[in-house]
Amino acid sequence: MNQQPDGVSEGSAQRGGFAVEINGLYKWFGTFQVLSDINLKVRNGERVVICGPSGSGKSTLIRCINALEDYQRGEVVVEGVPLTHNLKRIDEIRREIGMVFQQFNLFPHLTVLENCTLAPIYVRKMPKSDAERIARKYLDRVRIPEQADKYPGQLSGGQQQRVAIARALCMSPKIMMFDEPTSSLDPEMVKEVLDTMVELAQEGMTMLVVTHEMGFARQVANRMVFMDAGQILEINTPAAFFSNPQHERTRAFLSQILKNA
Amino acid sequence: MIAVTEDDIFVRSQRVSVLPPPLAAAGPIGWARANLFSSPVNTLLTIAILALLVWIVPTLVRFLFIDATWSGADRDACLAGPHDEAGACWAFVRDRFSYFIYGSYPIGQRWRVDTFFAMLAFGSAWLLWLDAPRRDLGALYFFVVMPVCAYVLLNGWPLIGLQSVDTALWGGMLVTVVVTTVGMVASLPLGILLALGRRSSLPAVRILSALFIEFVRGVPLITVLFMASVMLPLFVPPAWAPDKLLRALTGIVLFSSAYMAEVVRAGLVAIPRGQYEAASALGLRFWRMQRLIILPQALRITIPNIVNSFIALFKDTTLVFFVGIFDFLKTIEVARVDPKWATPVTSATGYAFAAVFYFVFCFLMARYADRIEYRLARADRR
Repeated sequence: MNQQPDGVSEGSAQRGGFAVEINGLYKWFGTFQVLSDINLKVRNGERVVICGPSGSGKSTLIRCINALEDYQRGEVVVEGVPLTHNLKRIDEIRREIGMVFQQFNLFPHLTVLENCTLAPIYVRKMPKSDAERIARKYLDRVRIPEQADKYPGQLSGGQQQRVAIARALCMSPKIMMFDEPTSSLDPEMVKEVLDTMVELAQEGMTMLVVTHEMGFARQVANRMVFMDAGQILEINTPAAFFSNPQHERTRAFLSQILKNA
Repeated sequence: MIAVTEDDIFVRSQRVSVLPPPLAAAGPIGWARANLFSSPVNTLLTIAILALLVWIVPTLVRFLFIDATWSGADRDACLAGPHDEAGACWAFVRDRFSYFIYGSYPIGQRWRVDTFFAMLAFGSAWLLWLDAPRRDLGALYFFVVMPVCAYVLLNGWPLIGLQSVDTALWGGMLVTVVVTTVGMVASLPLGILLALGRRSSLPAVRILSALFIEFVRGVPLITVLFMASVMLPLFVPPAWAPDKLLRALTGIVLFSSAYMAEVVRAGLVAIPRGQYEAASALGLRFWRMQRLIILPQALRITIPNIVNSFIALFKDTTLVFFVGIFDFLKTIEVARVDPKWATPVTSATGYAFAAVFYFVFCFLMARYADRIEYRLARADRR
């Protein structure tokens, strides 16, 4: 059912071959252990969908990758660059990763266009005219070029989330991470955001997506990751994951959410 | 078991057309009924307030205008009065008006003060008028060009032919305006730094900021002023000892920046965590994130509170007269006991004039804050 993406067959054994490499990651909030023994390697061009019950640590995991969360043990390597506390290193990694949040987190005091050009201008040191040209290109791609001069508050939730995707793309990241991008949207707006993400996937973007949208997962994922209680319980191809899940907790979870869908 | 019959099911066959809202009881009578006499308690309050106004307003009008003496050379004019009742002695205010504005600033040099007032008015208008062109230049003018020019102009620079005027001679509105402006302009950036410091993840910065804020807030302004004017000279060699006005300014700035820090901090707390995360994820570092994302939003929502602090600061400047500085209120204090104008109504007139002066400025600031608030509320409704 899935066209095999180039990234999977290309995957090389050497360290630089992975977009994201997580080895033996542990994280505690105070004494509460939120992530335990996380091992995950994401190849370039691969789409990985992470799902699991709420509180299972999915968001925390992807937030560790761009240093929005600290972790206590293990290592994270992004595009061959190991994540450390070095601020330069963190910046280097954040520049390669675009992130889309559940709550959009657009900057309400800036126009849509300014939201998109801010980081290219101040972080990538791009001339303003170039940044605006690129921003308009991506706004065009997420199909809201006519909203460029409005403020985020004037847009619908779905439009805001597409602006957030365009804003992240303007930094030309190598990897895109989505943290439950459709969870706070009205049902009528989920589709427009998912369509944008599907298009992005078809263009070969490396994507890590935390979502409960199983239709989307089936359509674009190369691999499914199932987490519960801070641990990865199962990593599988979507075909096997949905038709023949191996772990019993996965089966229980899937039967719950597919029953409601 | 509930049986659902055919009557319980509904499908709309035709959309309802849009109707105008029903007319409320209109006209002045309707308005008065709704706003003044809506309940027994409100009726009672309305009557009480009307009675109070009837009692106060005519007396005030008679004192300030009808029985007032408008011109005259000395106290005799006010003692006689146009009517039998003693009214306000505006002749006194007119006679001493230039003293209230300039204090003892040399008469031949007062054009310098006027120029300063004009520069300040121009800069404030440019900065406060939100739709003004090139407000970035306006900010540069207000925060860099004007202070330097004002210092040279008021303090003097013999090299370019402006004779020095000792700050001991400065007085009146000049001092009040200088102290207020410097207090406002310096306390906002300092307050922002302190607020950021108090929320810093670096323990040393956080603790020092919190200590400073809590210490200054825990002490009356008058104490800070006394400390600044008495203790500051102890720490620096006499030749370097800053002059009296500068010492008082330091005290005012430190004091108001501690209050400003708490105002700004309230704004920072209101910014959702997602804004920080989105900015971080885009690769913005701390200072850039604060400047471009956090502070513009935090300051916007705290503008009413910032203006409130400014109003308090403006009135607090009157306390500098305890450390021997002739601010506006002090010049009135001095003038009202001048034997040349000693009449039973001189003090009342002087204080009425001071009240009008302070009220007008505070009221303008408050109205300005209201307008900004309205504008922001409109922006939020978009």
